[in-house]
Amino acid sequence: MSRPPIRLLRRSFIAGLGGALTGLALGSFARAAPTLPSPVDPAAKAAAAADGAGLRPNLFVHVTPSGAVQIVCARSEMGQGVRSSLPVLIADELGADMGRVEVVQAPGDAAYGDQNTDGSHSVRGFYDALRKLGACARMMLIAAAARQWRVAPATCVAHDHAVHHEASGRSLGFGELAIAAAKLPVPKNILLRPKAELLHVGKELPLLDGPAMVDGSAIYGADVLIPGMRTAVIARPPVVGGRATAHDPIKALAVPGVRAVVPLPAPTPPFAFQPLGGIAVVADDTWSALRGRAQLEIIWAPGDNGEYDSEDYRKTLLAAVGLPGVVVREVGDVTAGLAGAARQVEAVYHVPHLAHATMEPPAAVARFDGQTCEVWATTQNPQASRKSVAKALGLDEENVTVHVTLLGGGFGRKSKPDYVVEAALLARATGAPVRVQWTREDDIQHDYYHTVSTQRLVAGLDAQGKVVAWEHRTAFPPIGSTFSDTGLSAPGELQQGVLDVPLAIPNVRAENCEARAHARIGWLRSVANIYHAFAVQSFIAEIAAARGTDPRDTLLEIVGPPRIVTLQELGVESLPNYDQSLDEHPIDTARHRRVIERVTELADWDNRQKNGRALGLAVHRSFLTYVAVVVSVVHGPDGKIRVDEVWSCLDAGTLVNRERVVSQFEGAVIFALSHALYGEITMQQGATVQSNFRDFRLMRLPEAPRKIHVEIVADDGPPCGVGEPGVPPVAPALANAIFALTGQRVRDLPIARTLKV
Amino acid sequence: MTITLHVNGKPHVLDIDPQMPLLWALRDHVGLTGTKYGCGQALCGACVVHLDGEAVRSCVTPVRRADGRAVTTIEGLSPDGSHPLQKAWVELAVPQCGFCQAGQIMTAAALLAKNPSPSDEDIDTSLAGNLCRCGTYLRIRTAVKQAAAAGGKEK
Repeated sequence: MSRPPIRLLRRSFIAGLGGALTGLALGSFARAAPTLPSPVDPAAKAAAAADGAGLRPNLFVHVTPSGAVQIVCARSEMGQGVRSSLPVLIADELGADMGRVEVVQAPGDAAYGDQNTDGSHSVRGFYDALRKLGACARMMLIAAAARQWRVAPATCVAHDHAVHHEASGRSLGFGELAIAAAKLPVPKNILLRPKAELLHVGKELPLLDGPAMVDGSAIYGADVLIPGMRTAVIARPPVVGGRATAHDPIKALAVPGVRAVVPLPAPTPPFAFQPLGGIAVVADDTWSALRGRAQLEIIWAPGDNGEYDSEDYRKTLLAAVGLPGVVVREVGDVTAGLAGAARQVEAVYHVPHLAHATMEPPAAVARFDGQTCEVWATTQNPQASRKSVAKALGLDEENVTVHVTLLGGGFGRKSKPDYVVEAALLARATGAPVRVQWTREDDIQHDYYHTVSTQRLVAGLDAQGKVVAWEHRTAFPPIGSTFSDTGLSAPGELQQGVLDVPLAIPNVRAENCEARAHARIGWLRSVANIYHAFAVQSFIAEIAAARGTDPRDTLLEIVGPPRIVTLQELGVESLPNYDQSLDEHPIDTARHRRVIERVTELADWDNRQKNGRALGLAVHRSFLTYVAVVVSVVHGPDGKIRVDEVWSCLDAGTLVNRERVVSQFEGAVIFALSHALYGEITMQQGATVQSNFRDFRLMRLPEAPRKIHVEIVADDGPPCGVGEPGVPPVAPALANAIFALTGQRVRDLPIARTLKV
Repeated sequence: MTITLHVNGKPHVLDIDPQMPLLWALRDHVGLTGTKYGCGQALCGACVVHLDGEAVRSCVTPVRRADGRAVTTIEGLSPDGSHPLQKAWVELAVPQCGFCQAGQIMTAAALLAKNPSPSDEDIDTSLAGNLCRCGTYLRIRTAVKQAAAAGGKEK
């Protein structure tokens, strides 16, 4: 049997030239602003100076004497193009030739700053910090050249992988300067280039990992091969919080290739990042492990969630929004506004649990030698992986190394390292390197699910039809329930389409109604924006229908005139604002209006009922980015409703990689359509009913729209999120289009519950 | 039982369970990991390889069916990533996470081998079994057509 050696995730930009690449990430949960890497790492500098290895002023940049430039990417690549984007900020500041830049993936280590690749943070959180790291190296290379030439550094420039003294026509390559530069002091005041000097940032950039992805050489979590490695699959309790009370390993051990049957400890609430427990089968290869698992005989005790039925739970949520909750936003007097209204519009919306269903199921490889543990994983969160493994094995974090592979999709699932801990526990238990492979059934049935939610909205209209009162109640088991015993939401979730929605309405009240979780709840690409945008943007179209007004005009009326929306106007004391200041990233309705106006222009809104099509519109700001979407639907020849065309217009501020921004928004349309049309996880007796793509249906190529148009309507100002904000407006735009086509209002997702799609 | 696979032109003699899916034989025993596991039930297409030129789902193909036959995986589609589909995929920056793309390309390659100028409908039908969670479908459509056009020119 031939096995290639472990291949590390290092790749040169030269390989990807000719193709395309931005940066962003998925999933979000309220948390502190990401920590930034230290601009100068004294240890790295000392090491570089000592061994003549060249210039390494910080952990992220290394200029070798041969002229090679290595740039570290500390965030995980899961399709958003982060490896093709973040290093470019450093390389452009440096003045490097992109063909001589090698990107090296960082292991999990706090020294790299926050590495949890979620919340669409990567570009907006690190844009300036990474530029400074590159600029620092550039200044040192310039200082070294200036010293050699006896000229003032200010008279030198760096570009094309060299420092130039234009007055005298002299140049020295980065490699020639690397050793001398490493001996110089690290500058304290780092000067960034003017934006116009950044040659690649903001442009369409090559897709760094593209060639490896199409020739089979790209390495994902399950592709890591280690000599002597065994493969494990695990029978996990069908119900969260359940446990195996008895098991018989005899038949499993009789399967050829099976080496061990290992019970894993049951977790105790809160479940957080703990493995789910169960019984592991460790074998020589995957097939033997799967066969062995099928032979296990296990008696499960269901635990506290054994009665959970998601259909019944809809009634619980409906009852919850029928009663007042905790007031989280208030302006004026909604009770009086509703009482005095000429008429009311009321609607209740329900969005089910969803699974992440990354194309690559979770997988991790671990080896343990008694003192140290080394892990390779498809993880969005290498630091939490490191911490969790250290805790589970009783090691110091310094003795745990976490290598990050490419991720075959993340969407928030792979921020939770339960599967990484499984691999580490099994490596310790068996004394051999172990790869844990989740099957698709494991993935669908043991996810950290997108929560289930019910919302009730009531609007009061005056005699002229003007909206004078708005009441919004939202009930959903919060993500916080995975980490503590709570049924109430955090501001991080409520800011996502409840607290932050601009409403030019004098009386507004929003309430959060308590809801207890009976499953592991996690964050899924765009998180609470999914259900909040669906309800709010559907409801505004319902108001338009009730009044008989144009949905676009109605939306613009409710968004209101161009203005900066203050906390006072929102009726909230504070707003997390996706970890960024409101001064830098205010809620600016001029930007809402601009994307609405442009997307309706592109879609020819005024002819919205032409040639058998019908259009629906929605707008939503999330992760600081403004997005408006129009969906066109038609009746298909088979009697099904078909999504024909989609327009998505966005303003995400300054961009790093224009091409990957477009691709993220294209993908977000498909991702969101899948969920709106078909996506649903249900549970009976605490266990997930669905098990594979047969019953957790995703959009397929023949069902995809004929066209998706993405337009970037503005690209200045501070950078905003990209990976997630394309998702939320799609579902309500679709529901609004279906209403326009059929007269039927869909308030329960997925649409397949009520219509042929 | 001894199984002989001719993978990308090289023979591999394996002593394995003949019921083992070809997918796991390729990944765990031949050491070629470009072919991906996505569902194990022929529902997603991530595992598509060619068996004597035909696209098959290796996750449900017992390895005994491949005994003595020619298997082509993504690693063997071209010696240097230069198949018109691979070139089109890079030029159009089709992949996002990339995980499904080997299966997409192998399915499309089998299509083009039989039908060098497929219509949109031919492409949709052929690739209906290949899921992409990142949502790269429209670029896949475009890339297959671009590769078909390029392939036509080469002849």
